[in-house]
Amino acid sequence: MNRHYDEDLKHLREGLTAMAGQVEWMLDLTLRSLLERRDDLADRVSALDASVDEQELKLDKSCIDLLALGAPVARDLRLVASALKIIPEIERIGDHCCNIARRAKLLNPQPLVLPAEAMERLGRDTRDMVRQAVDAFVRGDAALARAVIAADDQVDTLYMDIYRDLLRRMLGDPLCIERASHLILVAKNWERIADQATNIAEEVLFILEGRNVKHPHLQDPP
Amino acid sequence: MPDSILIEPVMEAPLHPTDRARLRAENLRVAYGPKEVLKGVSLDIPANQVTAIIGPSGCGKSTFLKCFNRIHELSGPAKVTGRIELDGRDLMAMREVELRRRVGMVFQKPNPFPKSIYDNVAFGPRLFGVRGRSDLDGAVEDGLRKAALWDEVKDRLADSAQGLSGGQQQRLCIARALAVQPEVLLMDEPCSALDPIATARIEELLFDLKRELTIVIVTHNMQQAARASDRTAFLWLGELVEEGPTETIFTNPGKPMTEDYITGRFG
Repeated sequence: MNRHYDEDLKHLREGLTAMAGQVEWMLDLTLRSLLERRDDLADRVSALDASVDEQELKLDKSCIDLLALGAPVARDLRLVASALKIIPEIERIGDHCCNIARRAKLLNPQPLVLPAEAMERLGRDTRDMVRQAVDAFVRGDAALARAVIAADDQVDTLYMDIYRDLLRRMLGDPLCIERASHLILVAKNWERIADQATNIAEEVLFILEGRNVKHPHLQDPP
Repeated sequence: MPDSILIEPVMEAPLHPTDRARLRAENLRVAYGPKEVLKGVSLDIPANQVTAIIGPSGCGKSTFLKCFNRIHELSGPAKVTGRIELDGRDLMAMREVELRRRVGMVFQKPNPFPKSIYDNVAFGPRLFGVRGRSDLDGAVEDGLRKAALWDEVKDRLADSAQGLSGGQQQRLCIARALAVQPEVLLMDEPCSALDPIATARIEELLFDLKRELTIVIVTHNMQQAARASDRTAFLWLGELVEEGPTETIFTNPGKPMTEDYITGRFG
């Protein structure tokens, strides 16, 4: 095997891990900007996003180069094919962080609509799903990837609880409609991030086991 | 004639409802003197599919291929045990002439006879008793058309085959093999001496020919095996390591040794 090919695969893995690490940091800052009501942290989230976009472009090119020049097969092929799907998921998580951070700056000077604990739990659970999905990729841990997929239902439930709570509050107090609307969109962003963590975990399982676990109702039994 | 120990065939479930095992090797062992080249290989080759045999040099893949029309007997005194079947019949008990009409072979290096294009393709039919000019003309045209060479040579059939390009010569050899209407085509690295364009034409040809033929191809080119075959078998040191649908072998092989070989990390 060409040494450069192995090096290129290694760089792809490292680059993807670095990009994911940066987005994990953005998730932390995003959550803190909401909970601590700090605009400076929200600004740092927005500032980090450009670098994530740059990394996306570099990694996309690495994947295409590997496909064209290395003609990977078997596990190498699964890694490159899945990387091409994981990279935009990570980039989108970065975008969702920016969306949440932007709304945090709008909400921070205003009175709370919702007890902080509800949004904190949704944010923490979602951030943990992303961390675990990235850990599953780095460590090649199929059990952890499965745990991420299983955790998505819980996040969906938290999101729906917050959504219903906010609707109830808006009906009871029309003055909070604008703030509550922002919060519904913040919650929706967290819920989407959890979906993206799930997608990453599904790709990790494909890399590790060669089996597509998406849409299980459409899959032949193994 | 090599020694042959007949082993009762094992009844197995079909590979797939539509796959008939056109060729079957059952515990096939081949030794040249003290050197055992194949060490008990069992493999079903389904009809109307392209089966690629891959493996490092010296793993026995060419010997395995040659057993299916007993060309291996020309490589020196071989001890062959196990069973080889063509459509359920013991291939070792068949007459060579019948066997080699039904199972054609194309080699690594194009080997046209030093004759005209026409006479190269007509060679087989003549050998099998075709004498009438129109019958021979039909057989030649049919072979050349199936080998996708007719349009390139139809106006110069009397020219020497040696004047054709390497890729054309290889397709001429395929036409020569096809002119006796075989049921199986064995190909031993048929593209190793060809440029990418000629290689692509041969690979396209395989796709067309498998409608009528069962094809077994030995190749060192992993990309060719991936592109052109339906099933892939990996041999190592005379043993079958793994075989299965090509897409499975190249995306999710079952054995680490197969993965190491196809990703080039072998050894």
